[in-house]
Amino acid sequence: MISKKIELLVGFFVALGIAALMFLALNIASSGMSGSGETYNLYAKFDNIGGLKVRSSIKVGGVVVGRVEEIKLDTEDYAPVAKLAIDTRYNNFPDTSSLSILTSGLLGEQYLGLEPGFIDETVGILGEGDFIEDTKSALVLEELIGQFLFSQGSE
Amino acid sequence: MDWIQNLGKNTIERFSAIGRASFMLFGAIVAKPNLAKGFPLFVKQVYVIGVLSLVIILVSGLFIGMVLALQGYTVLVDYGAEDSLGQMVSLSLLRELGPVVTALLFAGRAGSALTAEIGLMKATEQLTSLEMMAVDPLRRVIAPRFWAGVFSMPILAMLFSSVGIIGGHLVGVEWLGVDQGSFWSIMQASVQFEGDILNGIIKSIVFAIVVTWIAIFRGYDAIPTSEGISRATTQTVVQSSLAVLGLDFVLTALMFGS
Repeated sequence: MISKKIELLVGFFVALGIAALMFLALNIASSGMSGSGETYNLYAKFDNIGGLKVRSSIKVGGVVVGRVEEIKLDTEDYAPVAKLAIDTRYNNFPDTSSLSILTSGLLGEQYLGLEPGFIDETVGILGEGDFIEDTKSALVLEELIGQFLFSQGSE
Repeated sequence: MDWIQNLGKNTIERFSAIGRASFMLFGAIVAKPNLAKGFPLFVKQVYVIGVLSLVIILVSGLFIGMVLALQGYTVLVDYGAEDSLGQMVSLSLLRELGPVVTALLFAGRAGSALTAEIGLMKATEQLTSLEMMAVDPLRRVIAPRFWAGVFSMPILAMLFSSVGIIGGHLVGVEWLGVDQGSFWSIMQASVQFEGDILNGIIKSIVFAIVVTWIAIFRGYDAIPTSEGISRATTQTVVQSSLAVLGLDFVLTALMFGS
């Protein structure tokens, strides 16, 4: 028969394994906005999405409120359309809100900045499936440099 | 002509070894489980294979995490990106180093012991005696060891990664002065549970099956002399290390390659 000590140590080993899994799952991986919470979808059409990727975050004033769920090309006017999944806790954005593609830091990854617009009686609230009309495209470094050189040359 | 004959002989030997290994594994694990008898044997083997490997896994995990942080810092600080140190340490540990180094250490620490133990059982005709007593050695000796290996290694790999990240935190935050908040928050923003942690666990389960299988088969198939056992033990370490590294490439390409 195996001794109590061995059983105890094996139990300790398994508990340690579970603790490690919990540590990895809760402390290391992104908890919260990982697709577990309730979300609703908005759409936004851009001219150029730059380096925006699926799962890029959507921030309001630096707070993450959702993630980009899908990026596809509109087949009629060939403009990229992003499908956004936004936490249902934040379901009160007016349809005058604007979206811009921003970069965190100089070399960081790109995210969507959502700027809530003004509210009055004529302004509706964005709901499931609505398009955000006011969007600003990503700054593409090459285009910026090109414009800069062009304006330098014309002076 | 000798050369071609040797080639043929080697090929036949390889394939018949694969066949024998499959029969052994099949006989060991495809059977009606007898929990009352099997479970104590399993617990005993988890102790021998898993618990006794804890120290080497924890110590090497800690040091590998610390070295990763130290090396990563010297490169990242050139780009002013030392805040991403946590991301670098945790992703490399969870995706690659955790499962792979654990499997290599496991092959050296537990795999060789398994081979030697089973080989010696064969050499001293204990396996035959078991059969004489109408006890199936595959189910009595092989099966609990196999399951214990498959069960233990993912736990060891997770502990390795966790301890490695703590080691990286020790060096990065406590010693080199990376900001603690950005160390953890950038890590948490970039590590995904399904994509990184779960794939790492899948990797280590695959490695566990391969390493334990090779170790057990090499012992079970050893030539029952002292020289045969020593060769079998060497083969276990060499073959399982190579199999782990080769499989790691394939799994990485499948999981993260697209």
